[in-house]
This record gives sequence, C-alpha cells and structure tokens, in this order.
Amino acid sequence: MSLELARVSASGSPAPGVRVEATLTKLVDTTTCIGCKACEVACQEWNDLPPEQTVQSGTYQTLPATTASFWNLIKFAEHEDEAGDFRWLMRKDQCMHCAEPGCLIACPAPGAIVQYTNGIVDFQQDNCIGCGYCITGCPFDVPKFSASTGRVYKCTMCSDRAAVGLQPACVKACPTSCLQFGTKEQMLGAANARVEQLQASGFAQAAVYDPPGVGGTSVITVLAHGDRPELYGLPRDPQVPAAVQLWKGPLKWLGNAAMVGGLAAAAIHYIRFGRKAHAEPPVRKDGSS
Amino acid sequence: MTHAAAAVSYVYLLLTGLAFWSPALFWLAVVLGGGYLSRMLHPWAGLVFAASVLLMYRRWRGDMRATPEDRAWRAAMGHYVRNDDARVPPAGRFNYGQKVLFWVMFLGGMALLASGLVMWFVADLSEWRTLLYAATLMHVVAALLTIGGFIVHVYMGVAVVPGGVSAILHGEVTEDWARTHHPLWRRERP
Repeated sequence: MSLELARVSASGSPAPGVRVEATLTKLVDTTTCIGCKACEVACQEWNDLPPEQTVQSGTYQTLPATTASFWNLIKFAEHEDEAGDFRWLMRKDQCMHCAEPGCLIACPAPGAIVQYTNGIVDFQQDNCIGCGYCITGCPFDVPKFSASTGRVYKCTMCSDRAAVGLQPACVKACPTSCLQFGTKEQMLGAANARVEQLQASGFAQAAVYDPPGVGGTSVITVLAHGDRPELYGLPRDPQVPAAVQLWKGPLKWLGNAAMVGGLAAAAIHYIRFGRKAHAEPPVRKDGSS
Repeated sequence: MTHAAAAVSYVYLLLTGLAFWSPALFWLAVVLGGGYLSRMLHPWAGLVFAASVLLMYRRWRGDMRATPEDRAWRAAMGHYVRNDDARVPPAGRFNYGQKVLFWVMFLGGMALLASGLVMWFVADLSEWRTLLYAATLMHVVAALLTIGGFIVHVYMGVAVVPGGVSAILHGEVTEDWARTHHPLWRRERP
C-alpha cells in the first residue's frame, strides 16, 4: 500500500515510483444496483464535500451531472426493452481511472495530475492552473471546473483510504454489494462470473465494460446490455482523443522543430548576409544619427 | 500605441503560451508569477492583442491589398533576402513581405481569438467534443504560424533593416529612409 507516483503530468523526468503494486479496481455491477444512493452520500461524507442543491428533472437522479463538489452520481437511464417493459439502467457516473488517462496526457501543469502505482488517477489541485485541458482530454467528461477555486475536481477513488488499505467510501456503504473493491484481477474474476450468471438468466449480451481504448479502467462495470453501453450513457469505444494525441505527440515535435528552425534560420541569415546597406545612414529629424 | 499594445500583449501571450505548450518551458510561467496567474491573464492579454490587431486592420487594410508591383517584388524576393537590394523592384508603403506578414498575423490572430474563446470556456462546452478538439488544434497551428511571422518580423525590424527600431519607437521614418526602402510610398501620398 502506498501512493507512489507512476506517472506525473507535464513532467519530462521519469516518475519516482519504484514499487510494483497490483492495480486497485472498483467493480460496479449495474444489475444489482437498487438506486439507493448510499454511495453518493458516503462520497460526500467521507470527502467532506459541501451539500449540493439537488435538481428536479423528473427522475430520481440527484443531479443532471457530477459537479466539482459532487463526484459520484448514480445515473437513472430510462429504458424500454423489446417486450415493452420499463427498466432503469442505473450507472455509477464517476472517474473511470483509466490506465491511459487522457486528462493526464493533456495536462500542461507539472504534477497537477498523477497516477499512482496502484493505478488510481488523482488531481493535485495545488498544482492545477485551471486551464481545463483535462476536460478536453477526458473521453468520459469527468473533470469538473470549480468557478470558486478556478481548479478542476473529480473522484479520487478515496486514494487516502486506499493508501491505508481501506476500500472507497462508496463501496463501504453499498448495501447490495453491487460495488466491490480489490485488485483488477479479482474484480475481473468477479465481473466475469456475474456476466456468466446473467447470460444464463436471459441477458445474452451481458458484458464487462473495461474499455481497451484507454488501456482499460480501474472502474469496471457489469452491463446487462453489454452490446449497447450507450444505453447507460457510456461511450462505446472511448479513446484518448486523437486530437490530444496529435497535439501532445507529432504536432509538438513538429512545432518545436519549426520554432528552433526559425530561430536558427535568422541566426544563419545574420551571419551570412547581415544588415541591409543604406546609401546614407538614416538621420532623425533633430539631425542626430 | 497600437503596435506597442500588440507587441507587449503578443510577447506575454507567447511566453505564457509556450509555458502551456511544453513542460520544458513551464518555467516561463513560474517566472511570470506562476502557472495559475499566467493561465488567468493569458485570455485577457489575448483580448488586448485581438483588439490591437483589429485596429491595425482598420487602419492598414487598404495599404495591405496586393498591387501589381507586388508581383515583381515577389519574383525578386530572393535578392531581397540576400540583401542584394539594387535588384529588388521598388516597393510602396508596405512591401510584399510586410503585406504577407500582416495577413498572417491578422488571420492567425483571428483564429487564435476564436479558438481561444472556446478554450477559455471549456468548462461550459465540455459536451461539444469536436468543437473542443478543433479549437485546441487550431490554437496550436495558428500560434505556430504567428510565431513564424513574429520571428521574421522581429529579426527584420531589429537586425536587418537599418532604422527599424527607431521607426518602431517614434512611429516615423526619415524621408531619405522612405526613399530608399519604400520608394513608391512618396508617389502614393504626394
């Protein structure tokens, strides 16, 4: 257990972490969620977040979206299945803790976003400059800007609890064990066992949502309709955005080369050709040269 | 005044922008008061720059239109670059190179303004994914174009063209200087 750093935003030097740790993972089984929102309350309580004014939008959902001080939202997607039966497809909207975090890749502030050796992606608000590049970088639209502090916030996976071997507050509070916590290996095992159960009981398309486009995530979700993650409001194939990869990859090297090349060209021109000659030196109005 | 406002705001935008561009240059933001302050002031400096560029556009757009003389000048640009000025056709108030620079800075500045506004309000536009991606890339490409223009512009004005710095500071040139470098100017404005 530790919070050693495996990756640090905007850092040219290697991250300091040397410990080899198992990736910690939260399993969300949407099929056993009863929408009680104990996880939402536990999150606010443990993280000492101020109460957020709820918004009545005709559903049981607490808010339309997560906010800078509300990091864990159960989304109540309404779905009518082929037989015409109404179902709530509940989903836990929070940071997915990607293995390849688009937010961290996009971040320009050294040390504002880190990834621990246990896989948790954490924001360090004291280093955050509030540019919002992480918002552009995140394919799940998770980071939320706080107008009062000018910085960005999201779920920490209770990294303070994980550091001392405790499970996240939301998992602790879940009454149906729809939330579980352990190593990625353990959680994938539990998720796959649950998927088999679901498939045997009529949900042939049940699947684990662990999107490979972002290197897999440390929050994995069992979906009864695994073939249609968008029913739950999840992107089908999330990626670190191509624009962000281009910007932080080839475009950066091209730009650096162009800027250095431009300066070098000016220096070479000066050495080779120098100043332009003038028939007579320019004279100012007052007659001084 | 307009040029001074553009120059000061552009240099500030350049230095803070470079700090956000590369971790290796983040120290520029530290020197300028820290990343948070740099991020806070960058968009406002951008508005100052955009306003001064628009003022220059209003003042100079007539002079910046391409003329028949520009074609000959462009053909002889190699001589101009090699300081072989005797073989360069006479230019008006602005030579072809200056006109190109003006349009690079004007169009680049407007692209930076448009994309910068999107990036400024990213928190309110987070669902407009394609817009965010396009704005980010546009900001980078437009910034690099203007940096290219800026390098040439500053180098020419300070190191290559005699009297350039004096003209920048005082806003006027001597008749003799104008006759040498922009001979057609006198004819345009008798």
